[in-house]
Parts: sequence; C-alpha cells; structure tokens
Amino acid sequence: MSELEQLERSISDAIAAASDEAAIEAVRVSALGKKGSISEKLKSLGAMSPEERQSMGPAINGLKDRVMQALTSRKSELRDAAINARLKAETVDVTLPVRDAPAERGRIHPISQVIDEISAIFGDLGFSIAEGPDVETDYYNFTALNFPEGHPAREMHDTFFFNPNEAGERKLLRTHTSPVQIRTMENQKPPIRIVIPGKTYRQDSDATHSPMFHQVEGLVIDKNANVANMKWVLEEFCKAFFEVKQVKMRFRPSFFPFTEPSLEVDIQCDRSRPGEVRFGEGDDWMEILGCGMVHPNVLRHGGLDPDEYQGFAWGMGIDRIAMLKYGMPDLRAFFDADVRWLQHYGFRPLDLPTLFGGLSQ
Amino acid sequence: MKFTLSWLKEHLDTDASLEEIVERLTMLGLEVESVDDKAALKPFVIAKILTAEQHPDADRLRVLSVDTGTGTPIQVVCGAPNARAGLIGAFAAPGTYVPGIDVTLSVGKIRGVESHGMMCSERELELSDEHNGIIDLPEDAPVGTSFASWAKLDDPVIEINLTPNRPDATGVYGIARDLAASGLGTLKDAPIPTIKGEGACPTKVVIEAPEFCPGFALRLVRGVKNGPSPKWLQQRLLSIGLRPINALVDITNYMTFDRARPLHVFDLKKVAGNLVVRAAKDGETVLALDGREYTLSASNYVIADDNGVESIAGIMGGEHSGCDENTTDVLIESALWDPITIARTGRSLGIITDARYRFERGVDPEFMAPGLDLATQMVLDLCSGTPSEAEIVGYAGYTPKVISFPFGEVKRLTGIDVSADESRAFLTRLGFGVEGDGDVVNVSVPSWRPDVDGKADIVEEVMRIYGVDLIEPQPLGGNEAVNGRILTPIQIRTRNAKRALAVRGMMEAVTYSFISAKQAELFGGGQNELKLANPIAADMSDMRPSLLPGLISAAQRNADRGFGDVALFEVSGTYEGDKPEQQRRVAGGIRRGTAKIDGQGRHWAGNAQAVGVFDAKADAFAALEAAGAPVDRLQIEAGGPSWYHPGRSGTIKLGPKVILGTFGEFHPKTLDALDASGPLCGFEVFLDAIPEAKAKPTRTKPRLDLSPFQAVKRDFAFVVDKSVEVASLTKAAASADKKLVNAVRVFDIFEGASLGEVKKSVAIEVSIQPIDRTLTDEDFEALAKKIVDNVAKQTGGVLRG
Repeated sequence: MSELEQLERSISDAIAAASDEAAIEAVRVSALGKKGSISEKLKSLGAMSPEERQSMGPAINGLKDRVMQALTSRKSELRDAAINARLKAETVDVTLPVRDAPAERGRIHPISQVIDEISAIFGDLGFSIAEGPDVETDYYNFTALNFPEGHPAREMHDTFFFNPNEAGERKLLRTHTSPVQIRTMENQKPPIRIVIPGKTYRQDSDATHSPMFHQVEGLVIDKNANVANMKWVLEEFCKAFFEVKQVKMRFRPSFFPFTEPSLEVDIQCDRSRPGEVRFGEGDDWMEILGCGMVHPNVLRHGGLDPDEYQGFAWGMGIDRIAMLKYGMPDLRAFFDADVRWLQHYGFRPLDLPTLFGGLSQ
Repeated sequence: MKFTLSWLKEHLDTDASLEEIVERLTMLGLEVESVDDKAALKPFVIAKILTAEQHPDADRLRVLSVDTGTGTPIQVVCGAPNARAGLIGAFAAPGTYVPGIDVTLSVGKIRGVESHGMMCSERELELSDEHNGIIDLPEDAPVGTSFASWAKLDDPVIEINLTPNRPDATGVYGIARDLAASGLGTLKDAPIPTIKGEGACPTKVVIEAPEFCPGFALRLVRGVKNGPSPKWLQQRLLSIGLRPINALVDITNYMTFDRARPLHVFDLKKVAGNLVVRAAKDGETVLALDGREYTLSASNYVIADDNGVESIAGIMGGEHSGCDENTTDVLIESALWDPITIARTGRSLGIITDARYRFERGVDPEFMAPGLDLATQMVLDLCSGTPSEAEIVGYAGYTPKVISFPFGEVKRLTGIDVSADESRAFLTRLGFGVEGDGDVVNVSVPSWRPDVDGKADIVEEVMRIYGVDLIEPQPLGGNEAVNGRILTPIQIRTRNAKRALAVRGMMEAVTYSFISAKQAELFGGGQNELKLANPIAADMSDMRPSLLPGLISAAQRNADRGFGDVALFEVSGTYEGDKPEQQRRVAGGIRRGTAKIDGQGRHWAGNAQAVGVFDAKADAFAALEAAGAPVDRLQIEAGGPSWYHPGRSGTIKLGPKVILGTFGEFHPKTLDALDASGPLCGFEVFLDAIPEAKAKPTRTKPRLDLSPFQAVKRDFAFVVDKSVEVASLTKAAASADKKLVNAVRVFDIFEGASLGEVKKSVAIEVSIQPIDRTLTDEDFEALAKKIVDNVAKQTGGVLRG
C-alpha cells in the first residue's frame, strides 16, 4: 500500500469516527489546514522531479478532492443527526388541552341577541330604535294611552307602584313599552317609524311570567299607514325573525285601549315534537303579539290630529319570541344568571346577527 | 264566558258546524279559548241489567248480565250497592276510557269471574261527585243508544276569552247577534213579553246615589212556588259549571248568561221597608251570598232596607234576604250600575262574580225593563205567581251616540275596499242605525255597545264583519333608500360594551332591576321614591342604585351550585331617582375565584391566579374603550365608593368632574352583608357619562407617517417613594421628549429591605422612535438624561445604582 493510500485510509477512518461537527473540523484541519497532512503533500510537489510531479500531482489533488467531499458529506450527515436529535428532544404531547379563547367562553344573553336580531330586521325596513325610562308616570303609562281611570283594562296590568315622592306624585314601573309611543310623538314629527325594546314590569310570576320581562313595541305614523301595511310589516318580520321562507299568520280582532281597531296575531306552528316549535308548518296557532291602528285619543295625546295622521303599533314579548325561537322552557331562568344556562342558551360575542350573514348560525 | 252549542242555537238559526262556528267566533274577536266537544262521553251506552247474581267469592260484588242493545248479554262484575236486575244505567265496554277514574277498561277477572265492561257512577263520568251507586236511569231510557246524547250531555261547551270592551258578548244572545251579522246564520229575534202586572209594587226604590245607579227596575211576584228548577235549566247551568240552587236563583243566573242581564231576587218577607241605593257607611258589614262577611267603606255602594245592607249593589246579594224553597213572594231587581264604581268595589273587596263581570263592562240600559219582564215571565212559567207592576226609578232613557262617519274611513285605516252599501249592511246587522245616503252618514250606536264612540270603532266593526283574514298585506313603502345607522349613541355604546366584555370571556347576565332595601342602601340607594309600594317579594323592593349587588349575588348563587369561577357582566339601567334622566346606563361586571381573562382554574400550563383589582380595571377600560371613551385621556384616582376595598379600588375620571367608572376588589363588610365570599372584583362604567364625540366631517383617518429608522428600547430603573403613583412616573418619562418617546412600559416593581422601608423601585422600558435620522450615542445619552431629570423633577425618583 502506498503512502498516499495509507494517508487516505487514515483520514477516511478519522472522518467516519468524527461524531460531531467539531471533530469533523479537527479532521479537516489535520488534513487540509495550513500544516495538514494533505497540504504538506501538496507543498512537497515543488521539490519533485517533473516526472514524479506528473504522476503525484493528480494523485494528491485527487486525494484532496475526495477528502473534501467526504468531509462535506459527513458534516451534513452529522448536522441532520443533530437536528433530528434536537427535534426528538423537543417533541411534546400535542393532545394536551389548550385553554379556550376568551371570545369563545364569553356569552351574550339571548335577550341582547334577540334585540340585535330585531334591530337588524327593522333597520332594514327603515325603522329606528327608541327607548324610554322604566320608572314612569301614570300619565304616560295609562292616561295618555287611553286607559280610562278605573277601567278593568287598567287593573289587568298588575302594576308595580312606588311610594309617593316629595311632590306627592306616585310613579310606577312601566307595564309595557307603549309610553315611549307618546314620548316619541312629543319629540318627533311624523313620519315616525320606530321600534322600542325595553324592560317592562308586572306583578306576576310563573314559568311564563316574570315580574320583570322585555317587550318590543313598534310604531308607524304617517298619513296613510293602514292595517294592510301592518299585516305586511309583521309578516315580513316574523319570516325574517324565525328564519323561514313562509309563515302563516292569523290576525283576529281584539281589544287594547291604545289601538282601534285592535288585533291579536297568532302564528302557525308545529308543536308535535316535544320541546320544539317549528314555524311555517303544522296546524297549531300560537299567540305572538298584539297590534292595531293607533287610537285617535293616543294620537291626540301625542299632539297629532287623528284626521291628518294615522298609524299602527304593535307589541310583543322579547323573552317570549326568544323562547319560541330558541326553545328555552322557563322564563324565570332568563334572570337567574346560572352560568350553565348562559353557556348553553347564550350567544358567542362574535356571532353578530346580520341580514346578509343570517340572524343566527 | 261559557255557553253550549245548543244554547247558542236557541238564538241562532244556522247549519254551520261546530268548527265553523268556533273559527268564526275567533275571527270576530270573540276568541275561543276552549271547546269541550264531550267526545269523552260518546262511548257510554244505555244498558239494562238483566240479572244480578251474588259473586261466588266476594260478598260485596255481584255478577251482572247486561243488555247493551247488541242482543248478546254481557257479563259484568259490579260492586255498586244499587246494582239490581231491571236497573237501566250507563255502560262502558272494554277499550273505553273512563275519565273519573282515569282508566281505559280491559276485559279482566275480578276474584276469578270475568268482567267485560263496567256500569258507571256519575263520578266515573265526571258528571258529579255522586259515587254511592251506579247511574239509575228512568225505565223509558232507550237501551243501546248513546247515554250522552239521550241525557243531552253531548252538547259541546264553548268558552270564549272575552276582551273587556264587549259587554254585549257576555250573553249568549249577543254572541248570536255577532255571528248572524257575520253571515253565519240568522238571529232568532223572538219578541220579549210585556208584563203589565197587577197593582203597584209595594216595595219602593229610593236612589240616594244617582251617579252610581242610573236606573232601577223592581217587581214583586206574589204566590210563587220555589223549588228545584226544571231539568233543562239545571242542565244548562251545570253545563257551564254553575250549580243549580232553586228556580228563582237559577232564573237570575240564566238571564245573566243568556241575556247579559244580571238580576237579583229578594225574598219580600225578609225585606223591611223600602230599598235604598246608597253609599255604604265606613265599617258597615254584610254577610254575602258566598257565606263571607264583607266590611264596606264609603266608596262602596249598597242596596239597603230598614234592616241594613241587603246587597252589595251590582256585585253580590246578601244572605239575609236571599230566596230559598220557602220564598212565596219575590222581588226581582233589574238595575243599572256605574261600571267604574263596580270595578273598583269588586277589586277592593276581592269579589269576582258573574254580575260584576257584566256590570263593570256595562250592561245594556235599554234592556233593564225588558229584562225584568223576561225574567218575570220565566218566574211565572216556572214558579207561577202574580206579578205587580214594575217600579222603575231613575232611568232617563237612552240617547244614542251619533257618529258622523265617512265610509272612506274604512279604506283609510284598513286598506279594505268595501263598498258603502256593504258597510251599511254590516252595521245595520249589528244593530247600528245608519242615516243618510251620501259618503258621510250618521251612525247611531246601539245601547249594548258602550265601547263604540268614534270613527275608528266603527271601522273596527266593519273590518270584523268583513273578515280580517281577507285583508291583503301591502308593503309599507317609503323605504326606497338604503337605511343608514339606526342606533343612537347610547344604544351603540350599550351594544359595543356588551360585545367587548363578552369577548373578554365574561357572560352577560340580566338581573332584576329591583333588589332588597338592605342591598340598595349598601350601594348608596334606598330612597323612598324608589321603593315599591307593592313589591312581589320582600327582597325585590327597591330599584337598584348599582348593578353590582345583583351580579355579586348571582356569582354567589353560581358558587353555591359548585361554579365558583365566574365572570359576569350586565349592561343595563340603574336608578338614582324617579325622573327619566336619573335612570343611568351602566356597564358593570364581576369576576370571582380565578375567572381571569385567559381562563380559570388549574391548567397544566399554569394555574389561574385569584382575580383582583387589575382584572376589574382591565374590564372597565375595555368597556370604556368599546363605548368610545377617550381612554388615553382618562385619569385614575386611588379609592372608590364605600363598597370597595379602600386600598384596592380606583375611580376613572375624565377631567376633574366627570366620573366614568369605578373598579376594585370589594370591602369585606360589603361581601358579608351580601352573604358572598371572594376572591371577587368588579367594576361599573357609566356609559351615559361619556361625552359624545364631535361629528366628524370626514371618515378619512389621520395621515400615517412611518419612520424608516429603527426603533430602539432602553431600560431604566428608578427608586421612588412608595407613595409615588407609577402613573406619574411613566408620564414624566413619556413627556421628557414627546417626539422621540412613543411608549413607556412598566416591567418590574420591586420593594425590599435593600431599598429601605419607604422606597420602591420601578423599572420601565422606554420605546424610542427616531424620526428624521438614526440616533447617535450622544443623542441617546442626551435623551436618557432628559428622562432621568424629568422623572427626578416630577417624582423625586433617582436612577437605581
């Protein structure tokens, strides 16, 4: 075996034995560094005869090339091994649970969500949203709404009264959102198109009655709004709100002091499946709202001439339509703040009801 | 209001089916609440016991052979003591549901003997409480036919949910009139008999309260024979749930339901002197027909005689002068009473009667005298006797309201195209008078419709009869443009605050606006004018001055159920007084346990810590920012209202006066008083106190200049007195060079013995953004000096060595 062959073997052995990049570097230096064994051999070429040089030159340079290649390849092998080892060491159990994002944990109460749904629909129909105080006067809650003093209809409201204030006046908790009709007429000239969501109070408590509940009132006043228009608005609303293509509604004459003519409205539904109501199908009727043409006396109390202006109004329970749409069985649970209930019946904060994206998921 | 189909048909000639009638009633505004078609009674047949043998193994049982009309006798085991051969009764075959015992029969063996059905008692058919024996029918009862139809028990009962405006429909006759007007048959308008009578009524009527009693008619019938009323009358009353008493009383009840004409009968022998209509005396008592004694006040009205109060006028008669089997001379009262007074008296005394139900709606004044005649005729028919002349006092007659009515009003208010002729026909059929031929007519209102007093009421009448279901919906119109923003600023704030808090992992609660007086006082409320005079419960008596007590209680309820880590918020009203502007719009929230924004409870990657003041502060700021408050201009003052921990709470202010919110942990005494336990923190921000942003002329955002030079960060640590608020230090650092310094972040607070008792170290990271050139070392040194100097000047802080 020639000397070069011996050198090549020993370098190859050293490369193979190198277990990390530092060892490889050491091998490189010892072979190809300034004073490396191959470098020395290359230097020795100068002292050789031309014939010797002719044969040794390519041999030594060939050796150099092979060693360099072997070094590079071993180096990359070692780097891969090192990365693999590191990756292995860094491996974690990806089945470990992560925490839910706060936006996934938070909830919007069904009442707020339904108010947003109602606002989306009526906004599209050209309505604005109005509000009014919970603590009302007898005038706004009853008298201006054409409830005669002592009339049985007044008694039917189960009103909460306050102790008299310093002026001797006895306020009450509004029993409906209708006082805002008067407050609006006092402050705004027709045309008026508003919906009024808000808290209302009656002295009543069972599975479908709560001493505090929520109503949404609608009011349209201009110079020609009539019962036919009212039917259209309410049918459009019910279709949009319950997210069905068709809905059959039954308008039947009724009585409210503040409207004349007055109507109650039933909506067609299927209640044959336990715990579930489907709208737009079935043979059942469910009462859903009361409505009517604004009573001439109410228009007068609002400062409008009933021979010039006319309009319609309606009212329905927000909690009730929420229960109908989303299936909560008991109204009292709305106000208990049980986090299990909120988690189940509440809405994710980023689920914003829109008409273009659908009111609900 | 309840009645039966056959009763209705006594006034209405119609071929309409039950379903059609029910549907039409509802569409006329007489909403049908329920229909009992008595289908449950259909399977029971009349059967005759052929033989009754002793049961071989039971003393009390008999084995019957029953003829049910099929020709083949059926074996039935029966325990009724009156079961005997020859008895005709009501039989239920196997498969029949027996309502009184809630059982569907099957063929069974009773003590070893097969029984193929059942002979029923009245209780088993839910006809009465009678259960001493099986039903025992007369011999002529036809075996094999339906028991219910033979006994006239298959008469469907209709109940309507009557609105308060329709006194006329409190009688079957009035209901029939509505149906006939709508085209569902013809009203049978039999003439009302006129009774002349013999001699004057010996008892006179004195009306001392004419405003309460606009008319009183009285008649004596002598020589009556009072006893049980005939079967048909009893049946009719029973079918609508009334108990037959005796013929005279039954007649008054019949007239009440048939003609909406409540009456009262006095036994003449028990009446002393004349009948006087007057206000009651305060404290006066009367034993009424319901067996209860009522104490009256001067706002109640009575009919009295020399003995005292005989009747609570228009509501309930007195026990003393009532009619019984011994009555021979009866005074029949047909009077008119002021509806409002009746309603008020009924309410104050807590009496609900069929008479009150009608009088408070308004009884037809024109039927006062005819009603008396009709009742008299019934008394004569059922009890015989001799009538006196009627004593009629105080009645001024009826002047109909006349309403000038343009027929075009129907179209204007409803959109229906109904011709003038049709409108006229509808109104006439309802009993309205229509005078004139033009487009505007004079409509006179019949005496039984006190609810009608304007054009809109007449439109409703036409619409009802025309049929509301025939009105075609018409688009509202006037909405051709895109609708812009429809919410007011406060509505937008409310909505945004809710979503912002929910995004922080909080759940929205809706709690009651009223809380206990104790809780209200604890949070600065409890004013007299915000206390309910009639709360539904003692702990729901006061309007809340704050959302926090309700939320803290809600958190505690959840904790008591095993859910101690909860984050709740509410955006709603609080009440500072009883005026509209004193209702505030507040966003409030609480966190309990470890309900931090990033998650609660234990977790392999790090357990959540107990919530505290800074969680509440972050929530408060999130709500304020979402609601559009200028958060970079807000100041924090240490301390808050009394319900907070004084050292761990803060007040958020805009300028010296405007308070936008408070936050903190709670005072231990607050939690004790609310029976709540921590860790708990909370906040409230006042959405209505945020100043409204100026209207912007453009939606364009301010120009953005991005510096091309690298931003750098420098750390400083200052030693300051513990009392120095960190906010003043960061403000000093930031204001040292407002151009270059664009953020100051506090990354460490250190307190320790090495600094001394009264000192703390505050470490800050200052972000520096060069603007027009790269900064040199000299520039940085100069800036650092400015920062250190300004901090020293503003806070006394020195750079930590």
